Amino acid sequence: MATPYIGVPVQRREDLRFLTGAGNYTDDLTLPHQTHAVFVRSPHAHARIRSIKLERARAAAGVVGIFTGADVAAAKINGLPCGWLITGNDGKPMNEPAHPILALDTVRHAGDGVAVVIAETLAQARDAAEQVEVDYEVLPAVVDAVAALAPGAPLLHEGAPGNRCYTWDIGDKAGVDAAFARAAHVTTLEFVNNRLIPNAIEPRAVNASYSRADDSYTLYVANQNPHVERLLMCAFVLGLPEHKVRVVAPDVGGGFGSKIYLYAEDVVLTWASRQVNRPIKWTADRSESFLSDAHGRDHHTKAQLALDKDGQFLALRVNTTANLGAYLSTFASAVPTILYATLLAGQYATPVIHCEVTAAFTNTAPVDAYRGAGRPEATYVVERMVETAAREMGIDPAAIRRRNFIRSFPYQTPVALMYDIGDYEATLDRAIELADVAGFATRRSQSQARGKLRGLGYACYIEACGIAPSSVAGALGARAGLFEAGEVRVHPTGKVTVFTGSHSHGQGHETSFAQVVADRLGISMDDVEIVHGDTSKVLFGMGTYGSRSLAVGGTAIIKALDKVVAKGKKIAAHLLEAAETDIEFADGQFKVAGTDRSKAFAEIALTAYVPHNFPHDKLEPGLNENAFYDPSNFTFPAGTYICEVEVDPETGAVNIERFVAVDDFGNIINPMIVEGQVHGGLVQGLGQALNECGVYDSASGQLTTGTFMDYCMPRADDMPSFKVATHGTACTHNPLGVKGCGEAGAIGSPPALMNALTDALGVADFAMPATPQRIWATLQSKQQRKAA
Amino acid sequence: MTVKVSLTVNGKPAAAEVEERTLLVSFIRETLRLTGTHVGCDTAQCGACTIHMDGQAVKSCNILAMQAEGKSITTIEGIASADGTLHPMQEAFRQNHGLQCGFCTPGMVMSAIDMLRHYPHPDEATIRAELDGNLCRCTGYHNIVKAIQAASQASA
Ligand code: FES
Ligand code: FES
Repeated sequence: MATPYIGVPVQRREDLRFLTGAGNYTDDLTLPHQTHAVFVRSPHAHARIRSIKLERARAAAGVVGIFTGADVAAAKINGLPCGWLITGNDGKPMNEPAHPILALDTVRHAGDGVAVVIAETLAQARDAAEQVEVDYEVLPAVVDAVAALAPGAPLLHEGAPGNRCYTWDIGDKAGVDAAFARAAHVTTLEFVNNRLIPNAIEPRAVNASYSRADDSYTLYVANQNPHVERLLMCAFVLGLPEHKVRVVAPDVGGGFGSKIYLYAEDVVLTWASRQVNRPIKWTADRSESFLSDAHGRDHHTKAQLALDKDGQFLALRVNTTANLGAYLSTFASAVPTILYATLLAGQYATPVIHCEVTAAFTNTAPVDAYRGAGRPEATYVVERMVETAAREMGIDPAAIRRRNFIRSFPYQTPVALMYDIGDYEATLDRAIELADVAGFATRRSQSQARGKLRGLGYACYIEACGIAPSSVAGALGARAGLFEAGEVRVHPTGKVTVFTGSHSHGQGHETSFAQVVADRLGISMDDVEIVHGDTSKVLFGMGTYGSRSLAVGGTAIIKALDKVVAKGKKIAAHLLEAAETDIEFADGQFKVAGTDRSKAFAEIALTAYVPHNFPHDKLEPGLNENAFYDPSNFTFPAGTYICEVEVDPETGAVNIERFVAVDDFGNIINPMIVEGQVHGGLVQGLGQALNECGVYDSASGQLTTGTFMDYCMPRADDMPSFKVATHGTACTHNPLGVKGCGEAGAIGSPPALMNALTDALGVADFAMPATPQRIWATLQSKQQRKAA
Repeated sequence: MTVKVSLTVNGKPAAAEVEERTLLVSFIRETLRLTGTHVGCDTAQCGACTIHMDGQAVKSCNILAMQAEGKSITTIEGIASADGTLHPMQEAFRQNHGLQCGFCTPGMVMSAIDMLRHYPHPDEATIRAELDGNLCRCTGYHNIVKAIQAASQASA
């Protein structure tokens, strides 16, 4: 049997339940005797809590319990931990102020949790929450990271003087200075990478319960990594025995990073479920999601690229201020450092790079990883700089990229990473062809004839995925390993259940992982079930983020499958009375090499559970194996995106006329799913470039983009259809040769679009999001300048 | 204050005593336990709650249960045939990978069915414009548009 599944666009098995309303998301669950929670949140960006009066709320109908920061403190519950310790360039650990699960005496962002009201019905909980009287002394707030670091800014935490979390750097500063001294050309730009609000369409949701029968807890939660959630909550916050806590992440309606983290609500409700001895359900309403989900991006960056007279890159110098929000979220400290500055080489052999990052606390929602996490910010810097340098020097933007591409692998970058393989020229060539760059000049003059402005922009991105080799991550400050676990349980009938520590919240693992398993074992996909998202079933897991599921989680499964096959060979050798070394396994058959004597996989499975004549000193019954896989390196997906836009100068409206994405994801298991991931990523990236921006009012600290009416989510009619293609170089260090595809679209598309837009407008730079109103204003003032 | 609401849901009569302020979507999800209809926002912007009421697509988060008194409602659970054969729109979404996490999907499918009633053979621009009331964060819309196009051709 040839490999019948890998590389084939197999339709998704999860679709049937989602299409018929049979999905099982956290809010769909109703537990017997369940209560409902509503959080009382701070209306102020920064305030001291003078007093909280609960009498009226307690007397309200249906109230089961009300808890505040004082109750939490009395119960000796710790604050939320941060998983990544960044050591500053002064050699000191980052400032890590407490992240209380309910505010004790100070609130630090609009939406900060102050109390939780638990009642029989949601309506009663809402009514009672309105009766909670909190007396606030409003304090001055600061929402911008640069402003927060300025002398005299309002201070958020005693433990973080100057609102500084850390100043950290990477690379060779002296080398960069020396290279700049001999540069023929220097390109300088300053950017804001706009704050984004993830907005998975399923809001965060929790259903927490406690069982007196066995003193155990069960937490259903919309989450991307249930084991990590449990570990952090048990070991660092609540001090609960891990084996008495079950965390289930059932169907999850999108995550994009925002559902990685251990959130205060998850912890408060788990603890409170024991206090009230009833299950407690909470689902964020969208306004709450806007205020309390971890946001993404929000960088302010100054960058300089030094080039020789031929456009060869000599050095890159980057200085970034990152906004971490009011508290350190789970991965927050790593995003603007390890996941950002290490990607600044891009696809280019820039010999020296230096990047310094200062991270600041502000009176805003915590900022953490959001689709791409650090890598979009890095790619934006690199690709906007490269395109701008090309224009300034009068070099074709594709040519300047080719001149600087890394061409021999493995390649050690000056910023810590070792790229194993890639073929940047090939993806660029293919993209140029698919985008018909040759015809652009004609299309541009046609647009011009119609009074429209047309522009074309490239982005050649690279990302580090398959997070992460634990040794590397540990050396860079990770407080956890970043391996993955898998278990293959072969049933006596030859059916297989696979348990994975990865989590699927739209990625289709139940299908693509089953394709891999079925191919490896030479059995039908119908005989393979993939189980994920439940700590009581899956042995362990680090979860899904950083495009790691297949490269790391898939490899753990492969390792477990290898063990199954090895054991199967032993059983086959016994049955066929042959030497174990003579047994070959292919196409679902264990065969004595060079003979026609064989046993099918299902026969071996049955024998494993009916071991009547096993030599017990050599062979154990059963066929069930697990494996942990820690990658030896990151994977490096890369590609070229080309965007062509047309701007209507009368209205400032941007139309994306063409968008081509050519990606190198290594080997591909299910091209249909991969394309879907690219499409979704592209729209999130293009949404950042054109539509989305999380805005806090600088005076009041209020989130002014707090609903879908103010925060411009990309809709179908804002976006084009895409031309996507792949050109794969197999990853060299995992057995599937896969790299990961979840984030690429969101990484490569913002600079491609902004390069096209600046080309159309004939301006050096333009800030995201490029809204029609701002484009129109720019064109107007340009015209006025011309006229003057 | 409670009020009795009686209506037809997926072809069957349904009645319950609910608080006056109960939204139709809560009635569907919590009272009737039909959890395929989802809630994605609180400002009637996302369309995850879209159902059919007397044959028209409506956002069930934006009306009260009592406003549906006497009406006939169809939810995502009610559009496949009794023998389990998917509605052509459901099938088109599946064939074209028009869904990822599945959360927006019921609303998308219900809107799309309604769209084809108004525009039996829409072009891409029409589909995109008509999808204005439905947000999807996963698919980038590309395959949803393809799915609706395919469904419109299938019914040609
Ligand atoms: S829940 Fe009805 S439109 Fe969002
Ligand atoms: S499929 Fe996830 S929101 Fe549309």
